[in-house]
Amino acid sequence: MKKFTQKNADLGDAVEMGLLAGEYDKICEILNRVPNYTELCIFSVMWSEHCSYKNSIAWLKKLPKKGAKILVEAGEENAGLVDIGDGQACVFKIESHNHPSALEPYQGAATGVGGINRDIFTMGARPIAQLNSLRFGDINLPHTKWLMKGVVKGIGDYGNSFGIPIVGGETYFDKSYNTNPLVNAFSAGVVNTENVISAVASGKDNPVFIVGSSTGKDGINGAAFASKDLTEDSADDIPSVQVGDPFQEKLLLEATMELSMSDAIIGMQDMGAAGIICSTSEMSASGNCGMEINLDKIPTRQKNMKPFEILLSESQERMLVVVKKGNEKKVQKIFEKWDLNCEKIGKVTDSKNLLFYYQKEIVAKVPAESLVLGGGAPVYHRDYKEPAYYKEFKKFDINNVSIPFDIVDIAHQVISLPNICSKKWVYEQYDSMVGTVNMTTNNPSDAAVINLKGTNKSLAFSVDCNSRYVKADPQVGCEIAVAEAARNIVCSGAKPTAVTNCLNFGNPYDPEVYWQFVGSIQGMTNACKKFKTPVTGGNVSFYNQTSKSDSVEPCFPTPTIGMLGVMQNKKHFTTLDFKNEKDLIFLLGPSKDDISSSEYLVNILNIENSSVPYFDLEVEYKLHEVMNVLIKSDCLESAHDVSEGGLFTSLVESLMPRGLGCEIYTDQLFRQDAYLFGESQSRILVSVNSKNEKEFKKTLKKFKFPFYKLGYVSDNKVLIDDIDFGNINLLKEKYNTALEKKIN
Amino acid sequence: MKFGVVVFPGSNCDQDMFYTLKKTLDQRVEYLWHKENNLKNCDFIVLPGGFSYGDYLRSGAIAKFSPIMKSVIEHAENGGYVLGICNGFQILCESKLLPGTLLRNINQKFICKNLYVKTSNSCLLTNHINSKKTLQIPIAHAEGRFYADPSTIGSITTNKQIIFKYCNENGDVNTEHNPNGSLKNIAGICNKERNIFGMMPHPERACDQNLNNLDGKLIFESIIKSIK
Repeated sequence: MKKFTQKNADLGDAVEMGLLAGEYDKICEILNRVPNYTELCIFSVMWSEHCSYKNSIAWLKKLPKKGAKILVEAGEENAGLVDIGDGQACVFKIESHNHPSALEPYQGAATGVGGINRDIFTMGARPIAQLNSLRFGDINLPHTKWLMKGVVKGIGDYGNSFGIPIVGGETYFDKSYNTNPLVNAFSAGVVNTENVISAVASGKDNPVFIVGSSTGKDGINGAAFASKDLTEDSADDIPSVQVGDPFQEKLLLEATMELSMSDAIIGMQDMGAAGIICSTSEMSASGNCGMEINLDKIPTRQKNMKPFEILLSESQERMLVVVKKGNEKKVQKIFEKWDLNCEKIGKVTDSKNLLFYYQKEIVAKVPAESLVLGGGAPVYHRDYKEPAYYKEFKKFDINNVSIPFDIVDIAHQVISLPNICSKKWVYEQYDSMVGTVNMTTNNPSDAAVINLKGTNKSLAFSVDCNSRYVKADPQVGCEIAVAEAARNIVCSGAKPTAVTNCLNFGNPYDPEVYWQFVGSIQGMTNACKKFKTPVTGGNVSFYNQTSKSDSVEPCFPTPTIGMLGVMQNKKHFTTLDFKNEKDLIFLLGPSKDDISSSEYLVNILNIENSSVPYFDLEVEYKLHEVMNVLIKSDCLESAHDVSEGGLFTSLVESLMPRGLGCEIYTDQLFRQDAYLFGESQSRILVSVNSKNEKEFKKTLKKFKFPFYKLGYVSDNKVLIDDIDFGNINLLKEKYNTALEKKIN
Repeated sequence: MKFGVVVFPGSNCDQDMFYTLKKTLDQRVEYLWHKENNLKNCDFIVLPGGFSYGDYLRSGAIAKFSPIMKSVIEHAENGGYVLGICNGFQILCESKLLPGTLLRNINQKFICKNLYVKTSNSCLLTNHINSKKTLQIPIAHAEGRFYADPSTIGSITTNKQIIFKYCNENGDVNTEHNPNGSLKNIAGICNKERNIFGMMPHPERACDQNLNNLDGKLIFESIIKSIK
């Protein structure tokens, strides 16, 4: 056999791999020599934006991370770990898979689902619920329909087979996502705290195993691909997209669950971006040790894979496991049971170096610490600058918008808008009921509520972000994203507990994009501090932009918030549907003559540029306090927040489940269109049985919190200000079929 | 009576079924591993939903060759009870323990939603359910369109082997309320000897008060009452 040789890599190679000149110099300094080709590949991928967070970490560190319930802080493990009592913890995280989905929507989205679930079960937690946040371009474009069908089918096929219910999410359309959809996948799992698996290596000579699928050439350099602009040439990068196998993932899950019950292992980490090199370096760096790995031992799908290909491959459904010496057989037996590869590929050393052997030669020798985030990976402080549009948007004045002539027609249009109408077409393709824990299937609620079998508790989840608001004002917009997630959780009867985030932005080297990023971080910090919901982790995805014929335009800045809520007692579970005729309908929270950035303004009146809707963090917080008391004192029949589409949409959503009607009057102090379709924040629509009206009002007066009595629930007609808005069944038909009509 | 829940690699409703039988219905129940051929003295075998062996070839096509299925087939041929739900139903058809086949849904998509079924003929699963009652039971499948050639349809009709049909809330059986294009709105059937049952809807998903739907429990209660 011909001996494997490789050349030294120079600055030209480094630039080709996407490294900066200064980074190349730093690599030479770390190694005290010139890197060889394999080593340079290692640095290029580990120092890519995707793995190193080099352009975001300085700001991410400012997010509030500490809290009494936080067992593992952001960045320490694969996902955040939150104490939910009784010796159990919830592990949850949201992650993007935008760039792969833009090119190959089916596999891109499927592997996104696979990746986020591995982050959860690699910690020993069995996933119990999945959500997702999807953003597509103009729904009328054939390309958008193609992307959407592929993404939804990819998520469905992977998630359905893997067998964890998809219980909630959001789907949003705007032309800024035309060529760059966002696919953010969320997963949450539950683990007994004593069975948590750590992503750490330790103990000289402890064996290192690779388990799960074989390693192929798919996804090589995917992390680097995700760290650059999407352009017309991006289709050439299709080999950078991985291929998913949910069946292998399911087997890996079950084997990992058995492993977590054994005492055979030191640590474990899934292989996502940058595959073997990422998992070996991160586990070694967190254990302050090194590893010797023999690349010839790694089961591969193709013959003659080169060392850099093996190290960088992003083949899915693989894990790196550090086993306690002497327990090798125990571990092998578990993987044999599930018919999975389980191969010893090396051992832990006390040298702090990663040493990779290939055909008996050392092909790379790199200090583990030098590769990782928080270690040697570069950290940059990028410039930022307020864009001119910010002040322009603020000039919007509702008084320049005339009051519409036919309010009923507008109302029917609003509930049929793609961003408002039912997402049934999407979610009926997902198994939302496997696991028999989804409490919201037959009891709709603002948050997805998951039964914790055998306990009094349930968990509530919500993913939220109105990216149009974030564009209008990144700080306030991101405060609203956190507030809406918290409001949804409060409406369901749970307590907002912790946050994970998925920060989707444009090119960080563009100061105006970076200004959006910085503002969002500041907003998230304010809101998470106020709601006492620390950030437990997440991910950053830059370079999300849509290319036009002669320019690129960043997608809306989209800091998606995933929130965990804990419901200590299931009897507080609150649903959004009106229950009985004659129940009273109230609106909690301040009303405003505000239609800024509303779906009504943008997608019906076609006025795109306006400020962020009215929002006051203190008022929002007080609203949650009031709601908490009202729910605990059993005053409410239903609760549903007012968000996109305004009060009218919330009203219809509360009426539809039981086919009821209503008779209400808007507050004459405000414009009727603003009252019905405006999206000013911190408002919740509730229904109250008349026997509880006194108690209800007493609580609100005690808190000095604004509320307004709208009217009452009736048989099936929607009457507002004595105007007939139609039978609820007609409105339901419009709301339920609008999306399907657009797509097919 | 003892239930046995078969676990294939890729089964994902096995734990839900086990939980329902054990915790909700207080029955004796065992897991049966696909690599073994021992039915552990179970009287009633359940093939749960999921994606056995990944279902990459054709749903249920690989599972029928597994060691445990040899024993299940033997058990069934000797008159033992077997119920297949969703992927389990597909496996029973692939194994020829039940007639017909399950094709891709007419809209070519995976469909997960609540819908209604009504009992159509009397058997273990339906004996104790009022034939006028409609049951709300969810489906979750991509390949659930029951199909058989006309003579088979004729014989399963004559032999009263159709046990569940998709319908609306009021019990009307019509095309509008046929979710997947199944012939005659068929949601579940049994064999001629009435000891082997297959259904696409998931009754184990409608057995927990916390989920606000107990219609599936009626089916399991009927089984338990009938066998006692």
